Amino acid sequence: MSPRTTKTATRARDRRRSASVLEQRAAQPLARTGSTDGRGERIGVRKTYKLYIGGAFPRTESGRAYEVFGAKGELLANASRGTRKDVREAVRAARKAQPGWASKTAYNRSQILYRIAELMEGRRDQFVAEVMAAEGVGRARAGRLVDASIDRWVWYAGWADKYPQLIGTVNPVAGSYFNFSVPEPTGVVGVIAPEASSLLGLVSRLAPVIVSGNAAVVIASESRPLPAVTLTEVLATSDVPGGVVNLVTGLRRELIGHLAGHMDVNALDAFGADPGEAAALEEAAVENVKRFVRPPRGGLEKYRWTDEAAQSPYLIGEFVEIKTVWHPIGA
Amino acid sequence: MTLTKKNETRPATASWGLAAGEHPWEYAPAPEATDHVRIEPEYGLFIGNEFTRSKPRRTFTVINPATEEPLAKVAHASKADVDRAVGAASEAHRSVWSKLPGRERAKYLYRIARILQERSREFAVVESMNSGKPIKESRDVDVPLAAAHFFYYAGWADKLEYAYPNRDPRSLGVAAQVIPWNFPLLMLAWKIAPALAAGNTVVLKPASTTPLTAYLFADVVRQADLPPGVVNIITGPGEIGMELVTHPDVRKVAFTGSTAVGKMIARALAGTDKKVTLELGGKAANIVFDDAPLDQAIEGIVNGIYFNQGEVCCAGSRLFVQESVYEPLIDKLKARLSTLRVGDPLDKNTDVGAINSAGQLAKVTELVESGIEEGAEIFQPDCQLPDRGFFFVPTLFTGVSQSHRIAQEEIFGPVLSVLTFRTPEEAIEKANNTPYGLSAGVWTEKGSRIFKMVNAMRAGVVWANTFNRFDPTSPFGGYKESGYGREGGIHGLGAYLDLSGNGR
Repeated sequence: MSPRTTKTATRARDRRRSASVLEQRAAQPLARTGSTDGRGERIGVRKTYKLYIGGAFPRTESGRAYEVFGAKGELLANASRGTRKDVREAVRAARKAQPGWASKTAYNRSQILYRIAELMEGRRDQFVAEVMAAEGVGRARAGRLVDASIDRWVWYAGWADKYPQLIGTVNPVAGSYFNFSVPEPTGVVGVIAPEASSLLGLVSRLAPVIVSGNAAVVIASESRPLPAVTLTEVLATSDVPGGVVNLVTGLRRELIGHLAGHMDVNALDAFGADPGEAAALEEAAVENVKRFVRPPRGGLEKYRWTDEAAQSPYLIGEFVEIKTVWHPIGA
Repeated sequence: MTLTKKNETRPATASWGLAAGEHPWEYAPAPEATDHVRIEPEYGLFIGNEFTRSKPRRTFTVINPATEEPLAKVAHASKADVDRAVGAASEAHRSVWSKLPGRERAKYLYRIARILQERSREFAVVESMNSGKPIKESRDVDVPLAAAHFFYYAGWADKLEYAYPNRDPRSLGVAAQVIPWNFPLLMLAWKIAPALAAGNTVVLKPASTTPLTAYLFADVVRQADLPPGVVNIITGPGEIGMELVTHPDVRKVAFTGSTAVGKMIARALAGTDKKVTLELGGKAANIVFDDAPLDQAIEGIVNGIYFNQGEVCCAGSRLFVQESVYEPLIDKLKARLSTLRVGDPLDKNTDVGAINSAGQLAKVTELVESGIEEGAEIFQPDCQLPDRGFFFVPTLFTGVSQSHRIAQEEIFGPVLSVLTFRTPEEAIEKANNTPYGLSAGVWTEKGSRIFKMVNAMRAGVVWANTFNRFDPTSPFGGYKESGYGREGGIHGLGAYLDLSGNGR
């Protein structure tokens, strides 16, 4: 990293440090959602929140964890504190999976995305409980957020075999050539999940990335990673091939710079990044000329994920390449 | 394998019946007249429809690369001049251009297209004098395509809401545009036409070796009676380009040039909200299968790498030949190379003109030397180069391996590296084995194979059974480190529009 990058990164880190979950250490029992702890007769079976890489759920290679707290300060779980090496493994898995995913028919990808929605619907209560715990919202609000997340998969599922007709063209060149332009997935796309919107924010950014045939490496929300991990359990059982979506949880400052600078990542969606950390990410992304989506000016604080505007076929277009093909016309 | 020896023992017969090195006739010189062209002794910066001296007054000399004679002095812009130019563009955007209805902007652009057509010969001659490219290329490719580009985007100016329905397309503001020396006028058109159609104003910096057609274009701007400040042109070295793109009042940056400089610009713009498009280097694979029509492929290969002296970002600089046709193809290619006429760019018979600058010639020479040192086999036809000027003999290397510098680095000169393959899968693997991804070529008669290859190429433009074709309606731009964004077609328009829906 250049000196300038380091300086900017340090500034961003200082800003974040005050809010770091590490500061909130307190001796508490884990109060996990959905568990029956404390009801007397039966000791609940807790879930271990792991990474999702190449279709498997490995622990971080570091063997470390960090504590995840609910909106009311209760300790929810230990999440994996992923490392640079985990990010590298995730990129390798994504690279391996991407050509197969892209070569599936659009109809097939469409059905698989729809299948994600089907399985989320079945686990709706679990998502609602996790979103309530993570975001500190009431049951009704959490329900709306989960419903919007499910509907978003349905919406993007429908685009798989339609967006190329919107973005592709046949070009009337002045000559005896047949000439057309088609969109193709960019390849491996890094996604920095929004920090606050633990489920809907993530789904809103992830769906348009993978619908076209990209593979994704997601850095989860640091403070609210649990709904994302549960989402990967849905992905693992929705016929999404292993490696198409990979999720690394951990301290974002330890991860996002490596993802941005990784030479085998083709694009980075930094929409969910803190505007303060975005410049350093964009600089790191230049090394292999990544396509880079910036966070909105002023950050995501006022961004309404439930709005229609948070979904768009043009968002799919941010992570595709336009390929133009020429062939002569003749006998 | 000693290739020259082979030619002696088994003369290759090209389709027109000539052996390598055989010239049945000599061409008489056919120089294009230059007496109707007026090049001023000195050009100032074009700001607010006036030519003004740089402050402080500084100039540098522009030469003809074919003769090394000076052509003109041009102003060396300072940081203050960049400020002035951006100020003029900003004011023109605010007070005039952004308020003008699209249908009126369209008419200005149509005017520019028409004037370029009317003055086409003048532009072709100046382009060849300044860049070193053969007159038949500037006359038949660069200038007509530049005019066509303005004509095409003129029609979009009043149809933006049809290009982006429900997105409230708006202009961005001042576009800073930095272009290279290989297609000076054409790159100007690729940049300025969509920018103006979308309602932006521009400050353009041509390459420091090739500013003359840009300053001639300034005269077109005045003839078209464009409002002052809509098009501004400044000249200077790379640092001035950097000042321009980083200027705080610039809202859009478009750069065409090397990947190294593109990365510098992208780093400098990180963290801003400027919209950026980059069209960078390339190392295109041109893949010939054994069922390809060989004579047609030979012409495509030659056009792919020797067009514009190979100074083309999308040049077909890596030739992949299926092993079963390697020998006949190479023999034919060598025979064809021997008929290329290298020399005076203004001669209408010239196929390969002058390299644009001494610096570029040195770079080409150095890379060719590295090819020899790394063990590739060089072939150059017998050919008499002019005594003066920056010329380089059309060159091909055989026995090239993937790791050679001449197979990896962009040479930007008339140098072809030939490699071989056996299966389509091997061709795909080798062709994509580069950080670049601008263009590719495929030669085969089998339709299903064309589409297999087209799908597999990680490149923004794929020419099948043709090469180096361009059109304003056809999007152009790269994958991977060849940049991002597209120029041409509806895709090239979006790069100049604010589609956020927020206005500004």
